[in-house]
Amino acid sequence: MNFFVDNLPYILAGISVGGQYALIAIGYTMVYGILRLINFAHGDMFMMAGLVMVYLAADLPMQIAIPVVIVFTVVLGCMIEKVAYKPLRSAPRMSIMISAIGVSYLLQNAALYLTGGLAKTYPAIPWLAKTVEIFGAHTKMVTIVTPILTLVLVIGLVLLIKFTKIGMAMRAVSRDFETSQLMGIDINRVITVTFIIGSFLAAVGSVLYFTNYTAVLPTSGSMPGLKAFVAAVFGGIGSIPGAVIGAFIIGICENIIKGLGWTTFSNAFTFVLLIIILMVKPTGLFGEKNIDKV
Amino acid sequence: MLEIRNLNVHYGGIHALRGINLEVDDGKIISLIGANGAGKSTTLKSVMGLVPKSAGSVVWNGRDITRLETKEIVKAGIALCPEGRKVFPDLTVAENLTIGAYLRKDKEEIKKDRDWVYELFPRMKEREWQLAGTLSGGEQQMLAVGRALMTKPKLLMLDEPSLGLAPLVIKDIFSIIRQIKEAGVNVLLIEQNAKAALEISDFAYVMETGTITMSGPGRELLSDDRVKKAYLGE
Repeated sequence: MNFFVDNLPYILAGISVGGQYALIAIGYTMVYGILRLINFAHGDMFMMAGLVMVYLAADLPMQIAIPVVIVFTVVLGCMIEKVAYKPLRSAPRMSIMISAIGVSYLLQNAALYLTGGLAKTYPAIPWLAKTVEIFGAHTKMVTIVTPILTLVLVIGLVLLIKFTKIGMAMRAVSRDFETSQLMGIDINRVITVTFIIGSFLAAVGSVLYFTNYTAVLPTSGSMPGLKAFVAAVFGGIGSIPGAVIGAFIIGICENIIKGLGWTTFSNAFTFVLLIIILMVKPTGLFGEKNIDKV
Repeated sequence: MLEIRNLNVHYGGIHALRGINLEVDDGKIISLIGANGAGKSTTLKSVMGLVPKSAGSVVWNGRDITRLETKEIVKAGIALCPEGRKVFPDLTVAENLTIGAYLRKDKEEIKKDRDWVYELFPRMKEREWQLAGTLSGGEQQMLAVGRALMTKPKLLMLDEPSLGLAPLVIKDIFSIIRQIKEAGVNVLLIEQNAKAALEISDFAYVMETGTITMSGPGRELLSDDRVKKAYLGE
């Protein structure tokens, strides 16, 4: 109990950052589920969302800037899919992965060009940056909003996938392209919807994340991107609940490690975890078992 | 009526189909028999637009569907029940049937067709809420046929429906194919089980390495010496 009380600020921060990783991780895991592609550009899209917010908030009120950022990110995500992935649909998987790495560098360098390499200060969103007190620990409002918003979005997404027609089509396409086409499903439409959802969640995640970390650099997307990716692998890539649980575990563990005074090792922890998972249980917590039925 | 004219397909550097001509008349069961790798599945897949055609044309009730997308071909009333069943294992039986009707909006008719599928395969009704991956091979085949019927096809193409099934189950499947035909759906059947296929076919084609080498009424081919020797093991 003492441990809990002493570390409360860190645990709260962990839950919050865990939720932010979760919102990014869902994008990785959904795209992987359907295209069997690790979308390396996803973290950089998240950074672009942050950067665009910096520029928009300079001239627009928040109520307009936030929706515009979300729309921009969704459009960017779909454009990346159309330009860099769609033409490679029947190419070997390695080609499309290399294309994803290329897009990642393209976005980072575009950001470098735009910002001149300077850190941009993320605008403070009044109702998110407000300080509140829980159980005697002082924290920003965003710490409380993040896990709640994350859970609401995840539940909404799970219901969408389980009960709607497009959700059923997504489950079918993630299993078998050819047979899905035979049902009359438009594969490209399903893929577009997947990218819309992934980009939307990444944009929401970026608003929450940068409210905490305030500086946007061209490389700001890579660390949270990598960690969300590890979370997706940890949870079992392709599984949405897995990605969310993995993200919360990583977020909380990282911050507890910081609380114990080992800040230097908090990043290392995540990647050691990745290595251990890949050695011990490569399919992750809820990953699909590879059943090869003939 | 479906007409395939001079269909050519190149597949990964191989000339897989070399000028196929084939017709499926209304009210008939047509079968396409031949050894492994003869190009039977490729023929059906290219009709559905899943495999690009390098030459030739496909005409469906007077309409040229050679270059249509798969979705449009399904909408036009052609369904393919793929080789190896390919049910969606983590969808329930009911969902597998629903997804068959993906393009349809006529709720009443969809319900009627679902009832018909359950009538053809009472076992599917019993297992409505079970994941398709947990069904036996025979049940999965029935579900795959049912799912194809849910697209409301006027032509049902079946790719090796008897593959890997027990003889009794095969008998069931073939009797249901007959019922489907009686319900007014034309059937194009691919089989390695040449005897069973020829027995129920009104007309049959024999395929060898990308070309059609023989054709004729099913019964006639059954007694043809060359067919007997090559495909019936007599």
